[in-house]
Amino acid sequence: MADKLTPEQISDLQAKARVIRRNIIAMVSEAKSGHPGGSLSATDILATLYFAEMKVDAKNPQDPLRDRFVLSKGHAAPVLYATLAAKGFFPEEELLTLRKINSRMQGHPSIKDLPGIDMSTGSLGQGLSAASGMALAARMDGRSSRVYAVLGDGELQEGMVWEAAMFAAHYKLDNLTAFVDFNGLQIDGPIEQVMSPLPIPEKWQAFGWNVLQIDGHDHQAIYAALQEAKAHKGRPTVIVAKTVKGKGVCKMENAVDWHGKAPSQQECELFIQELEDLDD
Amino acid sequence: MGKLATREAYGDSLKELGDKNQAVVVLDADLSKSTKTVVFAKAHPDRFINVGIAEQNMMGIAAGLAASGKIPFVSTFAMFATGRAFEQVRNSICYPKLNVKVAATHAGLTVGEDGASHQSIEDISLMRSLPNMTVIVPADAEETRQAVEFAAKHNGPVYLRLGRMAVPDVVGEGYQFAHGKALQLADGKDVTLAATGIMVSAALEAAKTLAEEGISARVLNIHTIKPIDRDAIAKAAKETGALVSCEEHSVIGGLGSAVAEVLAETTPAPMERVGVKDTFGESGTPGDLLVKYGLTANDIVAAAKKAISRKA
Repeated sequence: MADKLTPEQISDLQAKARVIRRNIIAMVSEAKSGHPGGSLSATDILATLYFAEMKVDAKNPQDPLRDRFVLSKGHAAPVLYATLAAKGFFPEEELLTLRKINSRMQGHPSIKDLPGIDMSTGSLGQGLSAASGMALAARMDGRSSRVYAVLGDGELQEGMVWEAAMFAAHYKLDNLTAFVDFNGLQIDGPIEQVMSPLPIPEKWQAFGWNVLQIDGHDHQAIYAALQEAKAHKGRPTVIVAKTVKGKGVCKMENAVDWHGKAPSQQECELFIQELEDLDD
Repeated sequence: MGKLATREAYGDSLKELGDKNQAVVVLDADLSKSTKTVVFAKAHPDRFINVGIAEQNMMGIAAGLAASGKIPFVSTFAMFATGRAFEQVRNSICYPKLNVKVAATHAGLTVGEDGASHQSIEDISLMRSLPNMTVIVPADAEETRQAVEFAAKHNGPVYLRLGRMAVPDVVGEGYQFAHGKALQLADGKDVTLAATGIMVSAALEAAKTLAEEGISARVLNIHTIKPIDRDAIAKAAKETGALVSCEEHSVIGGLGSAVAEVLAETTPAPMERVGVKDTFGESGTPGDLLVKYGLTANDIVAAAKKAISRKA
């Protein structure tokens, strides 16, 4: 594949991202709980991964040769579910069962419930370790599978993240690429005020990672970083992606309150209208 | 009469298992000389992963390996495997039901001189409360060897509790490990001594002492704490009318609790619990600690008499 996306590919990714965003709003609103802000901030990253980069097949979700994805910030489950639905892993209508009894759409991702989920997550800080284990297994087996993980910036406050960062660099896991969804906000406020994980790139650098910094809403930039990560040998790559929490919905953008709040039905209609207007 | 520590048997068995099964990988957190995974590491360096002093990460790495078809055996001291990394074992291993084997050495009081900070007397309780987790406490070297083989074949998380000290052989020749089935080592009609791990040999010794006083004791080796052998316990309650649980663990939440639950739900009978009485341990030789905290054959004898005296 070329190092650059064509204008057609970009407009296709933008369309996919809009569908995913609309579904995030709809499903969280219907569930009356969930995490819209951090789902919307990671949408362009997941859209680019699943529709331009990763080798996954909705018809064969357990293919041992597939690429793997770990959503370490598991509370952003809506973006993962909406992306997998768009990719054809299960019907889109099912998204509206999020967080309801007997649903496969658990509040946080669960391997045993849903095809396409490679790791159960939800408790922060644990995903990068599992992703590292997967990357190590691929190397042991001589598979070309790549492993992707998305971490939150607030999540970097968990010590276990740095145990995993140390491990992946020590074992030279160059088939592992982590994203930091750097939206700057956590439940109790801006990350610098709650417990600063800054400076983020320098920390990963010090732990021995190849560090790239991009605009996390620019599909071309996300794609280019993924190609650079793939070409970089001997070290894992972290892509620090500057994002906007609540991206795509004016009222939600950069608003701490929308970390874990569901839109009312009226708000839902307004927000979806706003996203649909982008289609014009 | 000491033969071999279960951790020694673990290291040897692991190496043999690795010879036969290419999917087996072993992880350790900078304790490979103590947990004896060094034996595996020497034989299969490409399948041995030292994660450094980072037990939480080790559980997550193992989960990722298992999700990719490997059979990881993670090893560290019981305190760190179950206490420090509890949530990782719960959320990254048991919840997704991944095929990870947690082999925890230096369990119980008999880690000895290191004292309370290293004496894991809550691990059975923690591990048996986790859905999908199988909990096995081998009593001797042979049982450990067979438990390791079983763990590799069993699809799902397994907790293997191992000790630091050499223990006498108890299961005997021709032994066949049966998952979830208690092993009757002696029959008796007056009381049942239900023991696990290093306390099995103490229970056998207690049964001998009781026999000298005309009391006939059945001895059960409860090597699988979860799933527990409900039938054997209910049968023992019915046929002997009194029980004593014997474990090198807190009396709260471990074997004693598991046995009491079965009795309450099936065949109520007087029961006494020999174990650590809701207290932290201290530094000392293993032998001195077992005496001070009431975990000797004599303590079992006294508990048996008390249980019998409570029969209706």
